[in-house]
Amino acid sequence: MTNHWIDIGNADVIMIIGSNAAENHPCCWKWVERAREKNGAILISVDPRFTRTSSIADIYAPLRSGTDIAFIGGMINYILENELYHKEYVVEYTNAPFLINPDFRFDPETGLFSGYDPERRQYDRSTWTYQVDENGVPLRDKTLQHPNCVFQLLKRHYSRYDLDTVSRITGTPKEKLIEVYEAYAQTGKPGKAGTIMYAMGATQHTYGTQNVRAYAILQLLLGNIGVAGGGVNALRGLHNVQGSTDMCLLFHILPGYLKTPIEKDQSLAQHLERVTPKSNDPQSVNWWKNYPKYMVSLLKAWFGDAATKENDFGFNWLPKNSGNYSHISLFEAMFNGVIKGLIVFGQNPAVGGPNANKERKALEKLDWMVVIDLWHTETANFWRRPGVNPADIKTEVFLLPAASFVEREGSVTNSGRWLQWRWKAIEPVGDAKPDMWITNQIMREIRRLYRTEGGTFPEPILNLTWDYGDGLPDAEEVAREISGRALVDLKDKDGKVIVKAGQQLKNFTQLRDDGSTACGNWLYNYFTEEGNLAKRRDPVDRSGIGLYSNWGWNWPVNRRIIYNRASVHPVTGEPWDKEHPVIRWDPVAKKWVGDVPDGGAPPGTILPFIMKPEGVARIFGFGRTDGPFPEHYEPWESPVRNLLSKTQINPVFKLWETEMNPRGDPDRYPIIATTYRVTEHMQAGGMSRYLPWLVELQPEVFVEMSEELAAEKGIKSGDQVIVESARGQVRGVALVTKRLKPFKVNGQIVHEIGLPWHYGFMGLATGNSANLLTPHVGDANTMIPEFKAFLCDVRKA
Amino acid sequence: MAQVAMLIDLSKCMGCRACQVACKEWNDLEAETTKNRGTYENPPDLSPNTWTRIRFQEDVENGEVRWRFFKEQCLHCTNAPCVAVCPTGALKNHAMGFVSYEEELCNGCAYCANFCPFGIPRMKVVNRLTGEAKATKCTLCQDRVTNGYIPVCAKTCPADAISFGDRETILAKGRKRVEKLRAGGSRRFPDANLYGADVLGGLGVMYVLPEKPEKYGLPTNPESALTVVSAWKEIIQPLGQLALGVGVVSIALNWVVTRRRVTEEQEA
Repeated sequence: MTNHWIDIGNADVIMIIGSNAAENHPCCWKWVERAREKNGAILISVDPRFTRTSSIADIYAPLRSGTDIAFIGGMINYILENELYHKEYVVEYTNAPFLINPDFRFDPETGLFSGYDPERRQYDRSTWTYQVDENGVPLRDKTLQHPNCVFQLLKRHYSRYDLDTVSRITGTPKEKLIEVYEAYAQTGKPGKAGTIMYAMGATQHTYGTQNVRAYAILQLLLGNIGVAGGGVNALRGLHNVQGSTDMCLLFHILPGYLKTPIEKDQSLAQHLERVTPKSNDPQSVNWWKNYPKYMVSLLKAWFGDAATKENDFGFNWLPKNSGNYSHISLFEAMFNGVIKGLIVFGQNPAVGGPNANKERKALEKLDWMVVIDLWHTETANFWRRPGVNPADIKTEVFLLPAASFVEREGSVTNSGRWLQWRWKAIEPVGDAKPDMWITNQIMREIRRLYRTEGGTFPEPILNLTWDYGDGLPDAEEVAREISGRALVDLKDKDGKVIVKAGQQLKNFTQLRDDGSTACGNWLYNYFTEEGNLAKRRDPVDRSGIGLYSNWGWNWPVNRRIIYNRASVHPVTGEPWDKEHPVIRWDPVAKKWVGDVPDGGAPPGTILPFIMKPEGVARIFGFGRTDGPFPEHYEPWESPVRNLLSKTQINPVFKLWETEMNPRGDPDRYPIIATTYRVTEHMQAGGMSRYLPWLVELQPEVFVEMSEELAAEKGIKSGDQVIVESARGQVRGVALVTKRLKPFKVNGQIVHEIGLPWHYGFMGLATGNSANLLTPHVGDANTMIPEFKAFLCDVRKA
Repeated sequence: MAQVAMLIDLSKCMGCRACQVACKEWNDLEAETTKNRGTYENPPDLSPNTWTRIRFQEDVENGEVRWRFFKEQCLHCTNAPCVAVCPTGALKNHAMGFVSYEEELCNGCAYCANFCPFGIPRMKVVNRLTGEAKATKCTLCQDRVTNGYIPVCAKTCPADAISFGDRETILAKGRKRVEKLRAGGSRRFPDANLYGADVLGGLGVMYVLPEKPEKYGLPTNPESALTVVSAWKEIIQPLGQLALGVGVVSIALNWVVTRRRVTEEQEA
């Protein structure tokens, strides 16, 4: 979240799209209600199904799964046509006035941007650039009239997304589109705030990243970024998803979103040269210019005394990223026998993975697998799943009992980037051990083996600082290591000692690139000399807008709303919204008051989006693989052709034309299916399908469908039905409901069904995982699987 | 002791059923074995192990879908028919404004279940041999409330849809909310009403209803139950003491019979 949970209470309009927040994040609902009670906020729910969220919304708009870009693109067009954007914000705080390379093109007929290579399914992005002056500063036209400025390109791009076209694509009735657009566009007035709450309904598409980009462009046009009650807010599905991302759970990043080295980076200098952004704009803070300090400090934290200036601080001990190691790729590699061993922590891919039949089959090809979990999950028991003979499966499986979150201590980072310490409430049950204990034992043993037996390239393993004792590492000691400390006395430029050797750092501004500081994650400076700030529990809000700045700790630097310098007027520093000021320039005291500002310089001296080298937010976003503007394409499997261009599917995402991953033909599988979670179950069900009180509420797989489809298929509510895709079958109870309606897409009736994916063959509530149906394809930028739109057929069992 | 009350604001409820689970957890009620019947709603009815539950109901009005969630539970009437008919004093009007229940005193007559205008109490067979039964219902978490805690469903509700406190404050809150819903913004409810402020002497559990009571299956005239009760009481009134006497005798007999059967079973 750019903002945070409590801040939802400051919104004037709340749009929940790609999320069923009432269902999956019920604890946020008090803040939604707060906004409605306090500000008379309007709540909009956009969803293929009329959900629990829709049930309590002011406006419900149905949209066909996978058509968010058309829906939001239509709103962008509506806002531009009716001049409802926040002009000053757009001119000063976004790249709307920037001039783009005259060779950049978009072809509305093909739906492709310049530089496309159909053979490699990739773009050469060399024309997606700014025009710059002789000093390298991007050229701007603040009148927004230049035909090649971003604003005009945006206008041209989305002029194709008129109401009729959008309605024909999305299946949303035109009057509903207008109702939503009108309501949401009101927040373009300075002083009004609209928030977008989204989740996996947005991201789990082959163009999921572009869905979120569309939200970002919309929010920038309306001046809704950086302000209280605004933002683009990803609702995370677990208490520490944000934390695990920050700590580099994903393969393409290192802690704190540092870049994974690639083969070209043969030295630290080459790496730093490649990834450290430069800016010649005197008003641009270009915060990532500090990258070398964060990278060197990370290397010092990991390799300690072994990391020296002479050996590039051990840079070449880091693995070089030579391919794609996302979920689908890993399982394809297991399926192909490339990967022989697997350790599964807190995951249940046999239920939660896309194309679960294939992923279960892939597990059969492993030599060994270790599952670390609270329960007997389907993954741990794939070898005795229905329909297989355990004797035929050679994979050696180990199940290590893990301690639950109440049985261990540590920090969790919520969606709003708040770090909150959790204390251990009870001792682990039986032989269960905290993940940190298990990791420590595994690593100690690996190091012993390397020490005694040697091996190829032992340095990364043996030079790692691994001094956590032989039992459970002290969570606070790890927190100190992550937060950062001085390795020698740190002096300011006058030679005065500001931090003594061994002391914790105050924040990342004290990090250095000469090896004198060590820091496991530059964003996480929560353990200072004041102590563990994640333990703070001051329930008093002194901000008036619910920042609760002394409750826990927020990355970065306890800033609760990021990009907050965009919440004020560029010259005066006066907040756009006087009632909900995030920060305000006090001209007498000559300082900012309120939240921790994005840079403390006086108003008018620096640009607000300090993480971008151009200092402003990107409406034209050239960093993505599949286009600088979101463009509508159809899901990999869709019953209709793309009405906007000749390119049917996202031209860039990786096609896995592999065994056991066939693509459904719309003639045979004409119905759209989508998958989701219900409030009564947790993810792959390991935590909830063993709990009788929750099983009582949602005992079995159900398939939601419209009365119209049910009538067509001769299905009654409560009947057993079979849903079939090109990849598998799922049995469930028909839940025939008025809450789903067929979509009218380009004059044609298109049916959509939905089913939860929580179930599996273990636990008290058993049934087929909906992922037996889903495909092995993913987003062009992130590889997140396309769980949310695929094709199927349904029949009475 | 100050009168307390609960307010269930159905304009805020999103049907998550955290209240339903919390009730089972606090009151140590077993889970039921259920099936999906083509609805999210489960268990299918109140039962000795389910003292509160959310009813789900779908409707289409003026082309717009409605999905209503209704929290079903004892409404703790002031002029409670169940209290009036309870022969043993197991059900009583507590001074704090709820209908308290002492299971040990219940003789299993089921009058409460038969006379409740909202159809709430359920009978639980406690002895299969004697057929001895006990009434069950929400007690407004009497163990919590009398010790200064709020009922567990109110504590759990993530939507702030259930509030609990001093009756006057709760009434004022309910009235204000109804006014707001009637005036509305884009989501206006001209039929919004506060249910339970006056009926049956005032309910200990009141609802903010965005729509008319019948849309939620609530009786528009629950007072009629009282007429039946008073008629019933007039018939047995002359037998007053005797009726109580009969009650005591039957409990004693029950005990003797039960004891003998249990003893026989043990011997066998």
